[in-house]
Amino acid sequence: MPTMNVNVVTPDGTVFDGDVDMVSVRAQSGELGILPGHIPLVAPLSVESVRLKKGSATDILAVSGGFVEVRPDRVTILAEAAEKPEDIDVERAQEAKRRAEERLQRAKQDDIDFKRAQLALRRANTRLKVAKN
Amino acid sequence: MASLREIKTRITSTKKTKQITKAMEMVSASKLNRAQSNAQSYEPYTEKIRDVVASIASSNTDASHPMLEERPVKKTAYVMIFSDSGLAGGYNANLLRDFMNQVEERHNSTDEYGVLVLGRIGRDLLKKRNIPILGEITGLPDQPSFTDIKEVTRQAVDLFAEEEVDRLYIWYNHFVSPIQQDVTETQLLPLTELAEENNVKQSYEYEPSAEAILEQLLPQYAESLIYGALLDAKASEFAARMTAMSAATDNADGLIDDLTLSYNRARQAAITQEISEIVGGAAALE
Repeated sequence: MPTMNVNVVTPDGTVFDGDVDMVSVRAQSGELGILPGHIPLVAPLSVESVRLKKGSATDILAVSGGFVEVRPDRVTILAEAAEKPEDIDVERAQEAKRRAEERLQRAKQDDIDFKRAQLALRRANTRLKVAKN
Repeated sequence: MASLREIKTRITSTKKTKQITKAMEMVSASKLNRAQSNAQSYEPYTEKIRDVVASIASSNTDASHPMLEERPVKKTAYVMIFSDSGLAGGYNANLLRDFMNQVEERHNSTDEYGVLVLGRIGRDLLKKRNIPILGEITGLPDQPSFTDIKEVTRQAVDLFAEEEVDRLYIWYNHFVSPIQQDVTETQLLPLTELAEENNVKQSYEYEPSAEAILEQLLPQYAESLIYGALLDAKASEFAARMTAMSAATDNADGLIDDLTLSYNRARQAAITQEISEIVGGAAALE
């Protein structure tokens, strides 16, 4: 079975580099499964987990603020932040979640703070979800 | 000639200063190592974004974005990266001098430009010269993370996007080697040179559309350029500080040598004088 090289790059360096069978990401337009030999594609990602399947094992990463670049034999995910489950600070994520929820109750719907808090909440939730797996 | 005790005190205090400069030199050297490896691990990120942006910008004819287009310049913004603490030789002074020269050439009044400044020293210097400051960040850590400067990068890109400024430059000390740092000016926005690049390596499908991707990618690219410059500037800062401190240590060594010499001379002179007084006294008794 063919594999493809996957690179997850953030401003703080490379988080993941290896060969996998399949990559699942959540693009802004919907869920995207990428197999080797995919046509070249660029798509922005929403704040979600990225799943990297290799044999029966699945690696999972919490990714925020990024996009995916696909070539037939290579997939690159560029993100402002990407973390492996073991690198996630669960307490910090819980704290961030609590703060974001608090702010959501206070801020008005169309406020920029509201959007920021929403994003922060999504980042925290994604981190917690990934950490649990 | 200074008294023996005065010279002694000066020697001791110079020795203490030397210990401090020596320690600062070594601290800067290790920070420089960290900063250099940070800058290196960051490289792939910018390069990748640049590749993708360039290929979209140059391949697609109907995808355009205000950030790729030149417009008449009414107001210019400068992002300037200074250091937070001093004792870094000419690090801050060189940057400021070159900047002031350029500004005088380019602009007639302070209405035509503004500065987003990073670093406490720079902010104080610019304030003293009445340069309009649009935004500032001080107290950055030695190993800044992307989120630390998010505020300024966001502000810089927004200023351009909302057409408050029509051109955005970044000024910083580029790291060449531990003993050489060059003041560099780079144009951040608009990204005209990207659109002109014609080496299309790959054509992509865009999901949902090329415009939507440019919309998200260009600000991210501009922000990443600022962050990259900051990492570069941090490496320069530590290099400059290391060189300055090593020069200070050498000077302290020289000073201690001179002082020790005059201390010994003074001591010898005192002894000689004492002997001749005793001899003189004995001769008078005979």
